[in-house]
Amino acid sequence: MLGYICKRLLLTLPTLLLVAVAVFLIIRLIPGDPAVVLLGEGADAASIAGVRADLGLDRPLPVQFFSWFGHALRGDLGRSIVSGEPVGASILQHFGITAAVVLVAVTFATLIAAAAGLIAAWRRNTAIDLAVVGAATVVLAVPSFWLGLVLLLLFGLKLGWLPFVGYVPFSESAGQAVLFLVLPVVTLTITESGVLTRMMRASSIDVLQLDYVTHARAKGLSERAVLVRHVFPNAFAPTLTLVGLTLGHLLGGIAVIETVFTLPGLGRLMVDSVLARDYPVVQGCLLFTAVVYVVVNLLVDLCYPIFDPRVTAR
Amino acid sequence: MRVWLRHAGSGAILGISLVGALLLTIAIGLVWMPYNPIAIDLAHPLAPPALHHWFGTDEFGRDVLSRSMLGARISVLIALATVAVAITLGTTLGLLAGYLRGWTDRVLMMGTDTVLAFPGILLALALIAVLGSSNGSIILALSTAYTPSVVRVVRSTVLSIREREFIEASRSAGDSALETIVRHVLPNVLPPVVVLATSLFGWAMLSESALSFLGVGVPPPAPTWGNMLSESRPYMDIAGWLSIVPGLCIAGTLLGINLLGDALRDWLDPRRES
Repeated sequence: MLGYICKRLLLTLPTLLLVAVAVFLIIRLIPGDPAVVLLGEGADAASIAGVRADLGLDRPLPVQFFSWFGHALRGDLGRSIVSGEPVGASILQHFGITAAVVLVAVTFATLIAAAAGLIAAWRRNTAIDLAVVGAATVVLAVPSFWLGLVLLLLFGLKLGWLPFVGYVPFSESAGQAVLFLVLPVVTLTITESGVLTRMMRASSIDVLQLDYVTHARAKGLSERAVLVRHVFPNAFAPTLTLVGLTLGHLLGGIAVIETVFTLPGLGRLMVDSVLARDYPVVQGCLLFTAVVYVVVNLLVDLCYPIFDPRVTAR
Repeated sequence: MRVWLRHAGSGAILGISLVGALLLTIAIGLVWMPYNPIAIDLAHPLAPPALHHWFGTDEFGRDVLSRSMLGARISVLIALATVAVAITLGTTLGLLAGYLRGWTDRVLMMGTDTVLAFPGILLALALIAVLGSSNGSIILALSTAYTPSVVRVVRSTVLSIREREFIEASRSAGDSALETIVRHVLPNVLPPVVVLATSLFGWAMLSESALSFLGVGVPPPAPTWGNMLSESRPYMDIAGWLSIVPGLCIAGTLLGINLLGDALRDWLDPRRES
């Protein structure tokens, strides 16, 4: 077990280094001189040279990389060109709201998928199964931003049950903040439950056909005990991997949902910096989301042996 | 074909009908559209759906049906180009990695692992930040994000067949590596690639509409379903049809492609149950 953990940790390090190199290079691909972007087209040669020296752009590329990487390791991602604020602080501030929505929604979606997928597989080819598969297929085809708009139109505008535009931080009024987060969470829960349900159903069908399930039934266990104690743990392992991938993707920002519900999350920060050509922020967001993604997947891999102890033996 | 249809069932039929309807709409749009989709008519802004404007008009009096028809063409072309680039590049690299093994394989795998460490849509966003937003950069950005998954699938298929007898036979008969790959490895790689291409097409449609919705995709005045949805937001309360129509188009198209993909997978890979 300890060996497995060490091996996974060590395998993660080269990926993280490559990710940092990739982020660094992508931003260096930008046409034009960052110093000119910073100062505007009309700047004179002397001040451009000054800014280039300040930013270290006159040094060789590898030196630039290690200088940037060294700062990034200490949490210093530079400052925004537009607002002048430190990029790291700004990312953490926006990450809070994204993380709140994503964690709650993915938890709900996983619970729904685990139950619906298991029951559909158990009652395979019945009306219940057909309804679950049908619903999951439709949900997979509905884009989250459109579902969000329709829910907003229905509950925000027509019925007036929930606030329509804007956001109140938790620090000001927790009750208000929760009201603003209901629709984004519901939208994301519905959207993400589709693929998870299909996965859970498929792996439950496989597990239900195994000999040990027949054996568990033959020894007289109730169907409930067979499903909960014997089928669920094995069937849930592949779904857990998918939950990890989903979490990793979504924590990087749910830009479209944040746009629909005007939430100041990480995705919106990234889109706004792309539109404003605020490269230090784009670079910081990209590095942050990739690291989050790699770390979440690492955590899922480390949880995997709880459900399937065979993996540690490999 | 008939055997396949009977086997795949109602899902496949619905999928084929939806994709067929999409292609028919695009084909009709090539020769005839009710109105000029980008012509502004300030005398009739935000007209609700009626006989002469089936899906109503937008804030500039532009006909929503005509815009949806042109939007379908633009979105499908972008998705097709994205899939073509990702499949061509990914299959080539995957064949090389799986067949040659060694350093080629190791370097390519390091590259795909790196790209896969970024959430796809964010990588596309960053590349668009670099390239500027245009149809070409959407295609380039999305195909960069999708290529690694093609490389992975092709490579693992090649690894599973490269030690089989018919490959060994081709090698002993004196065929060059290129001949062996093209004549004997490639045909075996195609079925999983076709299935993957169908999913990629759906992802590309969805991602393009998401990028356009965010304002970094297809630049206006060219309509796509995504930027139509984005432009509809200020008028949601008085002109709901502007938000409903493009969304239904996206959802219907994705449903069709997903069902078609499921049917293709059942047909090409009967061992796996969907």
